[in-house]
Amino acid sequence: MITETQIVQFDSIALDCGLTLAPVDVAYETYGELNAPRDNAILILHAFTGDAHAAGIDKITGVSGWWDSMIGPGKGFDTDKYFVICSNILGGCRGTSGPQCINPETGCPYGMSFPSITIPDMVRLQKMLVDHLGIERLLAVAGGSMGAMQALQWAVAYPNSVAASIPIAGTARHSPQQIAFNEVGRQAIMADTDWSEGDYYGKRPPARGLAVARMVGHITYMSDASMREKFGRRLRDQDQFEVESYLRHRGNQFVDRFDANSYLYITKAMDYFDLTAGRPSLSAAFDGVKSRFLVISFSSDWLYPSYQSLDIVRALRGRNCDVAYCDLPSTYGHDAFLVHVSEQTDLVRGFLASTYRERAS
Amino acid sequence: MRATSPEAKLGVSEAFVPNLLGRSDYAIISAIVEPKARVLDLGCGEGELLAWLAENKRVDARGVEIEGSKVRQAISKGVSVFHSDIEDALADLPDQAFDYVILSQTLQESRAPLKVLREMLRVGRLVIVAFPNFGHWSVRLAHLFTGRAPKTKLFPHDWFDSPNIHFFTVDDFESLVELQHWTIEKRIFLQGARQITLLPNLFAEVAVFLVRS
Repeated sequence: MITETQIVQFDSIALDCGLTLAPVDVAYETYGELNAPRDNAILILHAFTGDAHAAGIDKITGVSGWWDSMIGPGKGFDTDKYFVICSNILGGCRGTSGPQCINPETGCPYGMSFPSITIPDMVRLQKMLVDHLGIERLLAVAGGSMGAMQALQWAVAYPNSVAASIPIAGTARHSPQQIAFNEVGRQAIMADTDWSEGDYYGKRPPARGLAVARMVGHITYMSDASMREKFGRRLRDQDQFEVESYLRHRGNQFVDRFDANSYLYITKAMDYFDLTAGRPSLSAAFDGVKSRFLVISFSSDWLYPSYQSLDIVRALRGRNCDVAYCDLPSTYGHDAFLVHVSEQTDLVRGFLASTYRERAS
Repeated sequence: MRATSPEAKLGVSEAFVPNLLGRSDYAIISAIVEPKARVLDLGCGEGELLAWLAENKRVDARGVEIEGSKVRQAISKGVSVFHSDIEDALADLPDQAFDYVILSQTLQESRAPLKVLREMLRVGRLVIVAFPNFGHWSVRLAHLFTGRAPKTKLFPHDWFDSPNIHFFTVDDFESLVELQHWTIEKRIFLQGARQITLLPNLFAEVAVFLVRS
């Protein structure tokens, strides 16, 4: 499957902060065919540093999509049956408008003058894309980690536009521990003198800070067990542990494909996301929800621990919502949602098929 | 011994009960549940019964199962199953959320059977409980003649690795219902694939009760 990222431009989007971003670009890809009744569309929601290229081989770069194991002909999100869409999030740096894009009023990149964004803003822009594609109601929205937050937000914000929601390894709100790790990443970036208050475009980017932020991130994505298995105490060169070299490599790789200001904006959006905000309980957030849910967590995920998924499930069950929940055994930590393909394929395939059947009946 | 009420009979007495998915209690349960009902199956295993009810009776099917591998199988079948133990799972649910709450061959395994039954009646309009009858003559004889924890076709486990932690009979269950002022809507007694009415406390291998509060 050869794929190509497309861009659509909208006139403007009104943001939660009260400002309007105009114009706004959205980068997206689609796989499979939209059927005649337009009822087989699934929106995939990427995690923090992901992008629109979720599946297939990119026409230009030859790179595989970040969830290619789950999306494609005969796979969990079966593109022989379903029309699958994935778009880069608002505030990102992979084709959708973010801090690195040009502010038409100044002719310069926004940098830190980019308006602050929220998870609901990201979802609002996705809704504009889905409307643009002529889809009234999605069969499903699905995503892991930050994608799970968006999957929940979709069900809450647009109850009539989504038949099923699949939040994987996610949460309805960040814990102080999750905020703390994000803050370390942000401080690493801002402590890099090359960051220059976010005004580094066309100059040297804050590569060291961003790389350190990514290294911290990678630690939280793994587990004690997976790190012991992957690295042990092996030395790579004379005096460098395997794990040190791995983290440095990942950090340096990341700098080439990610924008430091996007890192700041997106982590803030994650930290501020709270479905219970302004409501008496999480259960109250799901008051008007009409979707079915498949919630998946992983036993060794300590960044987004199973209890956070369970909180979501309990709140939904308290409203008598239709929810399936499975805590999958794993040693891979938060990365598990990208690793455990066969288990998730079984769950997703069965869940989507019954959702599709129910819609038809 | 209580007389079996006429409404307890599903058809003719001593009739063969068809098996459903290899189980006669499933056949009884599927006959009780009406189309499009809201059904919760506690300890639903791989979701066989719920998948059957969803397909053939268009019920709104939900399940609860503690074993992860079975949860995966059930969700793969398209059944909405909650990975949890039964007591925790019931506590989340609002009152009268279901038409039927089913507990098939699991009451004898639960730590607090009375609490579970009360919760089931809170959550469901009607409760279907199926359990192996510890009063069956084969169990009585096994205990009498061996002087050991009975091991029979109904209770095949050794005492040290049995999932069963409560042992009760048809009469025990009926007296609990009376004590709690609940109502038995239907009672069906099975001996193999045969429905019986005579001396159920002695001859029933499996009892299926339809109860409401």
